[in-house]
Formats: sequence, C-alpha cells, structure tokens
Amino acid sequence: MHKSRPLLLVEDDQVDARAVKRALDDLNMADSVVHLPNGEEALAYLRSGVNERPCLILLDLNMPRMNGIEFLREVKNDPSLRRIPIVVLTTSREDRDVLGTFEHSVAGYMVKPIDYPKFVQTIQAIAEYWSLSVLPAGV
Amino acid sequence: MRNAKPVLLVEDDNIDAMTVARAFKDLKLTNSLSRCTNGEEALAYLRDPNHKEPCVILLDLNMPRMNGTEFLKIAKSEERLKSIPVIVLTTSNEERDVVESFRLSVAGYIVKPVDYKKFVEAIRTIDLYWTLSELPDGETGVENAQVETAVAG
Repeated sequence: MHKSRPLLLVEDDQVDARAVKRALDDLNMADSVVHLPNGEEALAYLRSGVNERPCLILLDLNMPRMNGIEFLREVKNDPSLRRIPIVVLTTSREDRDVLGTFEHSVAGYMVKPIDYPKFVQTIQAIAEYWSLSVLPAGV
Repeated sequence: MRNAKPVLLVEDDNIDAMTVARAFKDLKLTNSLSRCTNGEEALAYLRDPNHKEPCVILLDLNMPRMNGTEFLKIAKSEERLKSIPVIVLTTSNEERDVVESFRLSVAGYIVKPVDYKKFVEAIRTIDLYWTLSELPDGETGVENAQVETAVAG
C-alpha cells in the first residue's frame, strides 16, 4: 500500500476494527488508518473536501444506518470517488453478497478468518497485493 | 486462483504472453490460461457461450484494434461481464492510464517487472490474493474447503 496515504476502514464492530489495525501495525503496513462505523459516516468523510483521499477502502457489509452495498452504490456512482479501490472484508459468505458487490466492481472480497494468525495472513495478502499494484494519485 | 476456471489473458505481445504462461507453470497454478490478442477478440471470446467464463482477466493496455481501456469501457457496461475482476498487467505506469483504469473499476494495476524472478513474484502475489478472495461464481462449498486447507498447509 502507499504508506503515506490513509487507509479507510468502514466497520461497525469495534473488536474487528481493532484486529485490522493491530494486524496492519504488526505488519508495519499502514501509517494511518481512518476508521468509521458505517457507510453514511464514511461517505460524509470522503465528500468533506478537506480530508485526504484514502488509497484503499476496506469495507464491512453488515452495518447499521448505511450498509456496505448501499455505500458501494453511492461511491461507484460518484465520479470523484469511484476510482478508489474497495475491498470487502466481512463475515458473510452469502452468494447474494459476493455477486452483489462484484456487480459494483469491488477489487476483492475477503471473508474474515476467526483465527488471528489466519486473519493476519489475510491482511498481509491484501497489503502485499496493494503494494504491488499501482494506485491512482489522490485527487 | 480460488476456483478452477480459466484465467483470460488479453495481451498482443507473444513474448509477454509466453512469460505469463511460463510463470503459471513455474508456480504450478492449476488454472488454465486462455489468451486473446486484443480487446475485440476478448469481447468475442467472453460473449461466446461455448467458452467457460474466466475467474479473472489479466489485461494489457497498449494493443492494436481495441486497446485495454476501450475493452474495459464495454466490458464494465455489460451485465454478464461486469462482475469479472479485471487486473491490468502492463508496461505503462503513466498516471493517465492508472486513473482511467481505476475510474473503470479495475481490481488492480500491475506494472510488469522486467526481471523474470520479480515477474513470478508478482504473479504469485496476484494468485494468493485471488485465492483468498471470494469470486462471483456461485461455486462454493467443497471447493472453498479445499482452498482453505491448502492455505492453512
């Protein structure tokens, strides 16, 4: 990933959010993680005009107020936001969610492993892949 | 990759296509590799019901007849094709190409390493990521269980 730019984590569960931050920390992969608890707050953050655009968004699906699929629809219909890659990180393995999110061109769909070492492996694979990939400059 | 579907490589350069095939072989990837030499051919391939839908598409950008960006514009507007993840694999790291590709919702943009060992590493990273990621194919259950065992091992 591009360490200088923040990673946006949209996740309502505090324990899961702490696990992601801890794994990224253990891997020394991201300097700053911005964590917001639902799609509505994440959209407001992205549209505020003052916050630095994240290099990548990690998105949970089941959240109150605005869930992951609703958030995806909004971001992908917004010309100024649609270029930010979004990776789903969820406990749901339902076909409906997998298909529904790939129809909105998510850039990956990871089911959260319950076991912490496996969870770190998943975060590491995400971090390695998005370090290898070029990312669009933040606009 | 996560499932046994073929990977579609869209690449006009024969040497580059051979390098990808060689890396797949060296990494013992079980996915077969189908190849088209430009965007037009790739669209025809994907629209042909006799061909198995690929799990992911590896897309070069600079190609004759229909280039990668033109291909993306059409593929991402077609209901049947838009869910297939497309990973750009190119020599261009021009900002214009990167921004345009992500605006068209690519799922990664890899600049081809010139060094073969690094190239193999890049393909290994792509394979690991798309083995962990679910794919929109409806093929779950036994297959996923096997993948998890393989990852754990």
